[in-house]
Amino acid sequence: MSDSATAPKRRLPQINPVWVLLTVLVVAIIFMNPRFIEPTGYMNFLKRAAPLAILAAGQVYVITSGGFDLSVGSLITLVVVGSSMLTNNDPTATYWVIPLMLAMGLGVGAVNGLVVCFLRVPSLIATLGMMITLNGLAFLWSGGAPRGYLPDTFRFFGRELIRDVPLVRFIPVSVIVLVVVVGLLAWLMHRTNLGRQVHAIGDNPVAARLAGVAVNRVRITAFMLSGLSAAIAGILLGGFAGVSTDVGSGYELQAITAAVLGGAQLLGGRGSVPAALGGALALTAIFTLLNFLGLPQPVRQVVQGLILIAAVAFAMHRRRQTGT
Amino acid sequence: MKHILMAAGALAFSLTPLYAQNFDDPQEFAKQRDQLQAEPMGPEGQPWLQYIGGDMVDTAALGLEAPATVCFSNAGVNNPWRVVGYTNMVEELKNHASIADFIHVDAEGSDDKQIADIDDLLAGGDCDVMIVSPNTTAALTPAVERACEAMPVIVFDRGVNTDCPVSFIHPVGGYGFGIQGAEFITSKLDEGANVLMLRILPGVDVLETRYSAGRRILEEAGMNIVGAEFTDGDNAKTKSIVEDYLMRGSIDAVWMDAGATAVAAIEAFEDSGYDIPVFVGEDQQDFLRKWQDEGLTAIAPTYPTYQWRTAVIAAARVIEGEPLPGPEWVLPQPAIVQENLDDYVNPAMPPLHYAMCGCEEMADYPQAWGGN
Repeated sequence: MSDSATAPKRRLPQINPVWVLLTVLVVAIIFMNPRFIEPTGYMNFLKRAAPLAILAAGQVYVITSGGFDLSVGSLITLVVVGSSMLTNNDPTATYWVIPLMLAMGLGVGAVNGLVVCFLRVPSLIATLGMMITLNGLAFLWSGGAPRGYLPDTFRFFGRELIRDVPLVRFIPVSVIVLVVVVGLLAWLMHRTNLGRQVHAIGDNPVAARLAGVAVNRVRITAFMLSGLSAAIAGILLGGFAGVSTDVGSGYELQAITAAVLGGAQLLGGRGSVPAALGGALALTAIFTLLNFLGLPQPVRQVVQGLILIAAVAFAMHRRRQTGT
Repeated sequence: MKHILMAAGALAFSLTPLYAQNFDDPQEFAKQRDQLQAEPMGPEGQPWLQYIGGDMVDTAALGLEAPATVCFSNAGVNNPWRVVGYTNMVEELKNHASIADFIHVDAEGSDDKQIADIDDLLAGGDCDVMIVSPNTTAALTPAVERACEAMPVIVFDRGVNTDCPVSFIHPVGGYGFGIQGAEFITSKLDEGANVLMLRILPGVDVLETRYSAGRRILEEAGMNIVGAEFTDGDNAKTKSIVEDYLMRGSIDAVWMDAGATAVAAIEAFEDSGYDIPVFVGEDQQDFLRKWQDEGLTAIAPTYPTYQWRTAVIAAARVIEGEPLPGPEWVLPQPAIVQENLDDYVNPAMPPLHYAMCGCEEMADYPQAWGGN
């Protein structure tokens, strides 16, 4: 842009448009339901958004590295179904089941990464195949219907509240998990060499390789982080709402949408963990707002789809303007 | 922008036929209300053999000889209700020497696949009797008519728009289910009480009729329906919706058109620090256990899975030339209430096991149903 030297004065400050969108949505929610500004309102909202936000923060690694991870939704289902089978109503089993599930998430991510890197299957297909496989496994394991309950020790992370906290009265455990996980993923992405390498291989893999980046290792790491985030999201979702056999369905696309709302570039090279968090919150805010509006279901779907397209178009437009 | 509006308009227009079907038929409502009260015929304590209304069909003239092959075109085994039902069916087969072979084809919830399945079964020529559990009513009607020309057909669960099957087996129906839950609410609460209605998804006839009947009774009793929301049968979504409603005001009763997410809805009250209101669930074990543990004021209408047993029994009678209730075999549709709750709670069974299975006396109970 040739006039960039003079123009910025007249422009809005260069913040990521996802925060503008989120602010607008939250104001609209408060307008619809003033009790949203009480702790019960916004804490419930954050609790509900936590699994998607964590998932989006993991997904943004894969997207930034130039891929997709469609397997996360079915991985969530497998984590919830598997945990209920393995804990088998035994509260003490939680302590080995949760580490095992996190390891499974890393393992699935590693397989995704290996297939993409060494079998040269495009990530869209590789993770689609993984999605179908994991869905089948979850079905085989459970026989099509949940076979057990999750003990309260397991559900602690997704369901419990820490009460008597000054200022906010209570904090859901899942919100603490959200802050810690997204904080770590943001640090890893934006303050370490790994994050720079992820950006580099997504932007131009050949140049990255020539510059000495171990492309395969970085790509596999990105998939492993995405798998890990799905396992964490599964533990939170199972904790929040209990066992069902389709708990994760649809989450893969929501995670990708949240990342894109946050400005991640499909096919790689650009992506931000905090902005993906903003995207996940904005997406959850859209769902919440439509709940409050009380529109009939078909209308709600139409509106939801249109808002999504408009939001991403707005984000792209602003980005072109501001150059962020 | 104009294009977006046009697209939205076209989409909205294409959705309208959904509402064109009549899911609120006062005659059918009244009929099912009577059937709920009717005294069923047949052996007491074995509701899968009982029937409401006395018409019988004679099958001796069909000229089948035992043993014979029964083919089953199944809409799907894609939800816990159908998993329990199909297990009932497989176990019931062990009681019938006259059924030599049983061929099961699973349409995986697709009309197209089920139509192809039925045609394949007909072309294969191995079947002597066919059982069909249709995926949707209108789409499967022509395929069932083709099957009727070749052999005796038994239809159960959802119906078809033809009277060619030997018998159509089903419990009282969706209106009955809606009536039982809503009448319980109106019996426990005064006029003006706040009722939240939770539904799975729009457009499915058996669910729409539950809703229309429930709504009719609640409105007639002057209840204040604070909302009717779709949950997609998703626990997390259900819990979120109830939490949102609790933020806006009190809820005195929750009516549900299916109970799979009832426990998630109850947890929304618990986790938000409210007393659990009057609840309408279904006969899944997790809801019944919660009801017992927390001492809820609740009812569990059922859409009994024992009808899957009845379908096999009907096929066996056709082979043996015995008469059976028809052309409609209306099974009783009991609700689980406080007085008989203890008979149905069984902690050894999986959380989404449907307690009204009529399967407790069967040989491989409870292992075959996933219990220990």
